[in-house]
Amino acid sequence: MAETTVPARPAGRAQAAQPSRLRATFRDSANYLLILPTLLGILAFTLWPLIAGVWNSLFLQNQAHLHPQFAGLENYARLVNDPVFGQVLGNTLLYTLGTVPASIGIALVLALLLNRRLRGVGWLRSAFFYPTMMPMVSVATVWLFMYSPQVGLVNATLQALHLGSPNWLGDDRLVLPALMVLGIWKQSGYLMIFYLAGLQSLPKEVYEAAALDGAGPWQTLRRITWPLLSGTTLFVATIAIAGAFQTTDQIFIMTDGGPNNASDLLLYHIYLTAFRFGDLGLAQAGTVVLLAMLLVVTTANLVFGGRRAYYEDAR
Amino acid sequence: MIRRRMLDGLALAGLIAWAGLWLVPLLWTVAVAFRPPDAALTAETLWYGGGLSLDNFKEAWDAVPFAQYYVNTLLIVGGILIVQLITVTLAGYAFARRPLPGREGLFLVLLTQILIPTGALLIPNYATIRALNLYDTRLAVMLPFFASAFGTFLMRQTFRQVPIDLDDAARLDGANWLQTLRHVYLPGARPALVAFALVSTIFHWNDFFWPLIVLNSDAKLPLTVGLAKFTQMGESGAQWSLITAGTLLVIAPLLVLFLIFQRQFVDSMLKSGLK
Repeated sequence: MAETTVPARPAGRAQAAQPSRLRATFRDSANYLLILPTLLGILAFTLWPLIAGVWNSLFLQNQAHLHPQFAGLENYARLVNDPVFGQVLGNTLLYTLGTVPASIGIALVLALLLNRRLRGVGWLRSAFFYPTMMPMVSVATVWLFMYSPQVGLVNATLQALHLGSPNWLGDDRLVLPALMVLGIWKQSGYLMIFYLAGLQSLPKEVYEAAALDGAGPWQTLRRITWPLLSGTTLFVATIAIAGAFQTTDQIFIMTDGGPNNASDLLLYHIYLTAFRFGDLGLAQAGTVVLLAMLLVVTTANLVFGGRRAYYEDAR
Repeated sequence: MIRRRMLDGLALAGLIAWAGLWLVPLLWTVAVAFRPPDAALTAETLWYGGGLSLDNFKEAWDAVPFAQYYVNTLLIVGGILIVQLITVTLAGYAFARRPLPGREGLFLVLLTQILIPTGALLIPNYATIRALNLYDTRLAVMLPFFASAFGTFLMRQTFRQVPIDLDDAARLDGANWLQTLRHVYLPGARPALVAFALVSTIFHWNDFFWPLIVLNSDAKLPLTVGLAKFTQMGESGAQWSLITAGTLLVIAPLLVLFLIFQRQFVDSMLKSGLK
């Protein structure tokens, strides 16, 4: 393989002669072989599904139309006219608003508190970080148990304090908040480590200067630390929002989108549309909506963050 | 000064209590899993069921083929990782040190994978798997993840830190590109490869929805999908001690690894986002 990609070259120091232009072109094109597997993978499972997804969203394909039938924007019209889809978008937005700012706030506070050299601080960090490591399916199982009305830890504790015994996952006003708490618990520790890294990269001189000027801790945080961490915040917000849009595992385990679709979030709804209701065309249109939402979020990050989050030195 | 120290102490105490709260789901899972199976779960016996026993684990292990699920997860996670290590090394090296006309455009192609998570493309990718006749194969679970833009960028950045003089020297000594890659670039890239491997392993060990969709037969399910099946089997009778034992069987390996490699895990997850 080596011989085919790099033309044989005289050994030792006899490299004086420039390879001909043709040979150089051949050698350069051989370099593409190195990236070919990566390119093929991305073409097949990222770019192609993008194009095919948009294209297939223009076809009716369900029990009534076993063979795809071109229908223009009809699937989108069906989405717009479907009250459940509107509810799903509302749920998704609510879930995002309920989890992302809270997780970011907790992550920042934790990072500020844990950014010190202290015996045992590593263990404290791990206590907050460990949910990141665990499969969502298994923590969802545990939280299903915790929220269980009769024997769950949450209600047992509430009852001991005479605070009533709500049916967390069975009440359509409580189910989304209950899932939000799980979401916050699961991801705050993950977001925390980005803030920890951000804090450790802040210039010490600024803080010395601020201390000399008599700035209090609150002022220092608001005027120096928070603005300097804006890059981290932008990045962390992007991954958290993108994650919220794709919430599926815990819904599958805990609520199946119910009761009354109150916990049905976008990607899960797409899954239900395709695999439970067998409406592939509609599911593809839903996918396109999701992609548009993701693109807005990630592109905003690129624009505001100046691409630095992904590849700092790609010039 | 004294006030300052008191505040510090207070913050620390609060932090420890907070950490305790965060640990409650895990601790309770452990507490319930080790109860004797016949101990009734009531408000008074939530944390301790009057004895310790391993029976729940035994029963869970026998109820569904957890051993097979383990093998499947290991095959899937390992298969993805091995291919990824090869693809990201080759592509990262090419992007770092080989002339590639049109490189900027290729970067954009790679960037799409970071902008659009594969998980969001469930439905069209499912169609592709069907079209390739790969439905209900472990390969279908692995295939979309063989290429990793994140890994490629990570390796590119790592390789670029190798002084170009070393590369030139190896060439002058008659090394071909593969030898150069092996002896000049790879030795220093181990930390990056380890970090990538950890992130990839966690991600795919925990992945649930994609295997749920492209797999069908019980003999091919990974642990996550198997656990979901197991949970739904027992939920009607709400045999929670059994279910918690099953849950611990699934997360135990990751937790043990995490306890051993805490630092490396945190560092790796950090790399997964920042660079």
